[in-house]
Amino acid sequence: MNKQVSHVGVAALVLLAALIVGTTYWQTWANAGLADRQDNEIRLVAQFTIKRGKIYAADGRTLLATNVKKKVAGQTLYFRRYPTGPLFADVVGYSTQSRNRSGLEQSYNDFLTGSNANLDTVVRSTLDKLRGSTVTGNDLVLTIRPGLQALSRRLLQGKCGAVVALEPSTGRVLAMATNPTYNPNLIERHFGQATRTTAPCGAPLLNRATAGKYQPGSTFKMVTASAALDTGRFTPDSPFYDPGYCIEYGKRVRNAGNPEAPETFFNLNLTTAFEHSVNSVFCNIGKTLGAGTVLSYADRYGFYSVPPLETPENERVASGLYDHGRLFVPKHPNTQVDPGRLAFGQERLQVTPLQMAMVAATIANHGVEMRPQLIERIVSPGGHTITHLQPHRLAQPIKRQTADELTRMMELAVEGGTGTEARITGIRVAGKTGTAETGRANINTTWFAAFAPADDPKIAIAVVVENQVNGFGGSVAAPIARQVMEALLR
Amino acid sequence: MLTAVGFASVYIARQDVISTASLTYAGFFFLLYLAAHLVARYTVPFADPYLLPIAGLLAAVGLTEIYRLQPDDAFKQGIWIVVAVGLFALTLFQLRYDYRRLESYKYIFGLTAIALLLLPILPLIGLTVNGARLWVHFGALRFQPGELAKIALIIFLAGYMREKREVLAQGRLKDWGPLLVIWAFAMLVLLETRDLGGGLLYFGIFLAMLYVATSRLAYVAAGLGLFLVGAVGVWKVTPHVQERVTIWLHPWTGSKVYCPLSGQLELRQNCQSFQLVKSLYSIGHGGYAGTGLGKGTVSTIDGHPLIPGATTDFIYSVLSQELGLVGAAALVLVYMIFVLRGMRTALLAQDGFSKLLAAGLTFGFALQTFIIVGGILRLIPLTGITLPFVSYGGSSVVANFVLLAGLLLVSNRANREALR
Repeated sequence: MNKQVSHVGVAALVLLAALIVGTTYWQTWANAGLADRQDNEIRLVAQFTIKRGKIYAADGRTLLATNVKKKVAGQTLYFRRYPTGPLFADVVGYSTQSRNRSGLEQSYNDFLTGSNANLDTVVRSTLDKLRGSTVTGNDLVLTIRPGLQALSRRLLQGKCGAVVALEPSTGRVLAMATNPTYNPNLIERHFGQATRTTAPCGAPLLNRATAGKYQPGSTFKMVTASAALDTGRFTPDSPFYDPGYCIEYGKRVRNAGNPEAPETFFNLNLTTAFEHSVNSVFCNIGKTLGAGTVLSYADRYGFYSVPPLETPENERVASGLYDHGRLFVPKHPNTQVDPGRLAFGQERLQVTPLQMAMVAATIANHGVEMRPQLIERIVSPGGHTITHLQPHRLAQPIKRQTADELTRMMELAVEGGTGTEARITGIRVAGKTGTAETGRANINTTWFAAFAPADDPKIAIAVVVENQVNGFGGSVAAPIARQVMEALLR
Repeated sequence: MLTAVGFASVYIARQDVISTASLTYAGFFFLLYLAAHLVARYTVPFADPYLLPIAGLLAAVGLTEIYRLQPDDAFKQGIWIVVAVGLFALTLFQLRYDYRRLESYKYIFGLTAIALLLLPILPLIGLTVNGARLWVHFGALRFQPGELAKIALIIFLAGYMREKREVLAQGRLKDWGPLLVIWAFAMLVLLETRDLGGGLLYFGIFLAMLYVATSRLAYVAAGLGLFLVGAVGVWKVTPHVQERVTIWLHPWTGSKVYCPLSGQLELRQNCQSFQLVKSLYSIGHGGYAGTGLGKGTVSTIDGHPLIPGATTDFIYSVLSQELGLVGAAALVLVYMIFVLRGMRTALLAQDGFSKLLAAGLTFGFALQTFIIVGGILRLIPLTGITLPFVSYGGSSVVANFVLLAGLLLVSNRANREALR
């Protein structure tokens, strides 16, 4: 009988050994496949066991995103809180269970969850996991000044639009505010309430600063003037004659003002035309240069490609000509594009506030365009800096001399032209207004792009305010830009 | 020693939720183990020294995990362990001189087993849980009589086969009677209670013991053949069994299929195989080293349990998540040590009844472990059955401690005689 007992014993042990083999299969070979399954909630929950890194404003103290700890069925989970509410929503975004992520929460998820590939972080996260202690992500410190951001948002209150402020020499984003926006704390449980807005327009989740497409109006004259001067075809003193209109395709295209009696300047030079934003002059410049040349300068400034920034790519759009909602790249620009209207910012141009701020910053930075950046540094939970902002030169769209001539012209526009509302006592401000007709009577998109101080620029700014009844760039957007610049410079 | 490890695990796991309550648990469990140990020292001094500590360790692991999942259940399980240890002590005291007199009551045990198995079918007290009719209830008290029936059946088989082993071995047609009767009975149980695992378990134990008694492999082959034929037959006519097999083979579907639970079209992983699939995710999440006791993910973000039945049938999936491959393999190895010691007891035993009893009890223990864990790991179709000593469940714990008492009795006698 003993032989049979041994056989049965071996059979029993073989059965149990099969269990070890089975367990090994699921925990080693198959586990990656299991983890990728859509309905595997463990993976989802696991993301909430990580203590995400905090996000700070440029002062290193103002907390933009932090965690609250909750015990759920014996497990410690961390949920996101945004102490500043809507103020930084468009940049920081949100990280939730039901709606996933947006903003820097999405694009810097790796750093925030400590799963980035830096040696330091890899070692620390692995040790945390082995010890069974909570994995803590890296902190982000942004370039945005909290005071400037709050002011920008306050100035947009009750309006729809955006403010983008850059440091011209480095590309640091100093402020990026939009209205309407949303409260990221409410996204998870009160989505309807989070996106409810009192502003006279919709789409509060849209980051208008980087994804809002607007007709640039006369702010585009910065680009046209760049082309005019940089090609050497014109100088600031080039003479023009303005009859109050220019002729295109045999028809009159009138200057701004009363259509029956438009503003008329008669003899003037390019500088004066820029200062007073005279459409007929730019119309003629456009016709002389051709649409291709003007567009190629737009290209140099970064139009037609999505501007670089740390936010997710789908939250940014390219500026340029748009046809039926899609970016339009003309194969034969000189026949497909109306050069005169293009030159003063009409045609089918659509631009983002970020792109216009970049144009202003480039002129301010003597023709060198810096990559806009939002993240000052990334700090490990132990307090040491993993990466630090490196200013990065994107391109040089125009010559230094062109930039300096443009600066002078923009200064004059603020001193005695269309942008006088942006004057700051004791500080030289350079700027360009823009007022784009929306097609609805008397309702305009108002713009102001500027930088200051003109001789040593510390801030470049673009302000857009939508749907202003009888409003102009000089009267609506310029005062906002002035207050933001003043707050930084004083 | 092993129990000390068990306590360490209980204790360490509670570190993050340390409270007087958890320490009381540990202390209480330690006292209970000490009591069981002293009873065993007194009644069966020559018994195998590994079996009780292993049972203690497994029970401690189970209690820890249950405490971690459902603290209320851990309290109830604690009470059941007290009852179980009481019955364990009672068994040892009653039978400490000679357990072999049980052999003379073998038919009573056989009838008891059948009666117990049929209890859940009775109206009023029978209860169907998860499509299987395995429960009886008296008010709030629920009990699975099948667990005890298993032990009664093993005692009956040991007695019967010891008596008839020569006749059975000759293989005349009339001696096939009992085999056919038992086979038909196992199938009947399977059909009536809709419990594939129970049927497999009883029949497996029966075949193993028959093989030990008759040393005829042909019987095992024939029995397995009959079981397969029977199982296929049952599969053809029973939708419940068909469903189990479908879940086993295709737990995931790419498109929506009819879901009998909601009556609508759904992905199977969101319907019938929900439990199995969530359990596999849990195991997979453990990886090599596991998440650590008490640190695994067992609930959704809203706090709903991720795997229904995690403390009972699916406790292995939670354990292998938290202990990882290393811990899960160690746990199975502990089961293997228990089986080794059980089989050693059977080898050392002098008489046929003792050998059959020890081998039957041990094989039943191993097969039950295989059926539930194998079901969880998709080695075989999943059937609800408890993991011995570890799962939450009163009847299971009580039955397993009685089983342990049986093994200790046999081992005590065998070792004592070996010393003489």
